[in-house]
Amino acid sequence: MTAVVDRWNGARRCNSRPSRLRLVDVWRVGVSGLRARPLRVALAALGIAIGIGAMVAVVGISASSRADIDARLDRLGTNLLTVSPGSTLFGERAKLPVEAVPMVRRIAPVQSATATGKVNANVYRNAHIPSARTSSLAVLAAQLDLLPTVGGHMSTGKWLNQATATYPGVVLGASAAERLGVDRPGGRVWLGGQWFSVVGTLDAVALAPELDSAALVGWPAAKTYLGFDGHPTTVYSRSVPARVEDVRSVLGATANPQSPYEVKISRPSDALTAQRETQAALSGMLLGLGLVALVVGGVGVANTMVISVLERRSEIGLRRALGATRGQIRVQFLTESLLLSLLGGTAGALLGAAVTAAYSGYQNWPVVVPPWVTFGGVLATVPIGVAAGIYPAVRAALLAGYSAHGCRWAGWVWPGVAQQVGQRRRGESSASSNACRDRAWSSVTSWWSRRALSNQSW
Amino acid sequence: MVRALSDVTLTVEPGEMLGIVGASGSGKSTMLNIVGTLDRPTTGRVEIDGVDVSGLSDRALSALRSTTIGFVFQQFHLATGVSAIDNVADGLLYAGVPRAERRARAASALEGVGLGRRIHHRPHELSGGERQRVAIARAIVGGPKLILADEPTGNLDSKSGAAVMAILRELNRAGTTVLVITHDPQIAASLPRQVAMRDGRIVAGASQLSAP
Repeated sequence: MTAVVDRWNGARRCNSRPSRLRLVDVWRVGVSGLRARPLRVALAALGIAIGIGAMVAVVGISASSRADIDARLDRLGTNLLTVSPGSTLFGERAKLPVEAVPMVRRIAPVQSATATGKVNANVYRNAHIPSARTSSLAVLAAQLDLLPTVGGHMSTGKWLNQATATYPGVVLGASAAERLGVDRPGGRVWLGGQWFSVVGTLDAVALAPELDSAALVGWPAAKTYLGFDGHPTTVYSRSVPARVEDVRSVLGATANPQSPYEVKISRPSDALTAQRETQAALSGMLLGLGLVALVVGGVGVANTMVISVLERRSEIGLRRALGATRGQIRVQFLTESLLLSLLGGTAGALLGAAVTAAYSGYQNWPVVVPPWVTFGGVLATVPIGVAAGIYPAVRAALLAGYSAHGCRWAGWVWPGVAQQVGQRRRGESSASSNACRDRAWSSVTSWWSRRALSNQSW
Repeated sequence: MVRALSDVTLTVEPGEMLGIVGASGSGKSTMLNIVGTLDRPTTGRVEIDGVDVSGLSDRALSALRSTTIGFVFQQFHLATGVSAIDNVADGLLYAGVPRAERRARAASALEGVGLGRRIHHRPHELSGGERQRVAIARAIVGGPKLILADEPTGNLDSKSGAAVMAILRELNRAGTTVLVITHDPQIAASLPRQVAMRDGRIVAGASQLSAP
């Protein structure tokens, strides 16, 4: 014992400045403060986690959805342009010239052009269906290169070829096949007053949804069996992607040189692009909601810290007795608050990523959690933690000296409460409580005035 | 305004061991806070080791406490769930000692209070007397010149209390000034010097060894 005491005598002599608390000790003290109250810490962190999780999930899900749309756009291409007849000057339905497709093909950047033509016929499951029950299905004459140009795929069977295009064979769009009750090729449908053999069925075509509810017959067969006049009603063209706009500007005049204003030109991928933009706007709004949740979480942390300071008076008193400066007490509580927020933020970022992964997996989207939102979310908890911790930390540092008896509450700038609780807890006389209160006030006010006079930094 | 302490003049010589005795509310805890620089007197002077502490900033007072004064409390105030050695090592936390050295010194301080074999026990695994000995180890780990013990035996049975007092006496023999606050006349009677307090005033023993 003697040795211990004497060894440090020399070192102590001239030491009137407090030692800095090492960073690792600041961290350790903060962590131990949190570890002593795991349930409360978990609940307070959960508040932050929900806020951050909501924000990360909103951004993640909308990013995943956009990634999915981008992937679809990539796959489908944005270079598909369609031309269809508009109406004449007199309001009648215009017609595209029979030569529209070869003319469009002659535009230099156009890679392929093809067409469908509306046939004046209906398709039924069999001959006994009343003619009014058309199931809203269209019969279209299709050119053989339609499928590659629109990016369609066969679901079952085969696409029309040179042979089947001249015979009564039909390929059904996805919903047409469903409505006609045809799930595989080989059957027959009643089309334009005669039986047509089903050659195949299509998958849904994303860029040309009008094909889904259509029965497609070969161009020559339509002329032979259904009285088709050979005028295309939709011309599909693929162009070099960089020159789509150039093509668009001449497409009308090329497809119908005689009356270029009687055509309608559209770019089917525009719908998807618009969907993408809508989603961005919507996610901005949801992000705001997440922010509200985050602020609520921050209030929860502040609340937890205030309570924590309240019930840890004796710990604070002990630390002061062990030589902690007011600044070190402040730093301790700020650290705790910061760690609490960071804990919640990290948990929230993981939660948000998990929600994004689950939802995107469910929707068959690629999972995209942008790193900026993950790190941003965690970083956002730093100012929240500091803001939530400042008030409790200042409160903790203002606690006056440790008192073993009586004036436990003396350090609080909260005289009413100090008095009531002091009396209830310890049955003190009101005179002694008043003494506590006065002492608390004087110690606090003297602290402030001293600080003001010496103009010390915190 | 109530005066918690009034007209108190007390000089404690280095290496002394004295008891401050008084009933509840007599001002002895206020006395401890004042002497321990946890509170400042509204009027009057406090000198520790020849330094007038009223002129010191909070930071300087904290430094003084961390190096010169050791506190022992009636309720021990050990951190729950933290081993004895880490509780004691916290006594050096604010003295700027690295952790490894804090723990090494804590181990030897625990050895000194006879708990060398219980350094990894947590407070709830220790008896009341052992807890108070851990608290004493925490108070002395920084090698203070002055130990302030506030009712150190107040929560202990007489046997543990006697062991705690024996440790304090041993510290005093080694040169540490020990100031024990108690309301127990028997404990007080066992100390070399007693200061009796009533209603915030010293009623006996103020100048037993030296003039004020």
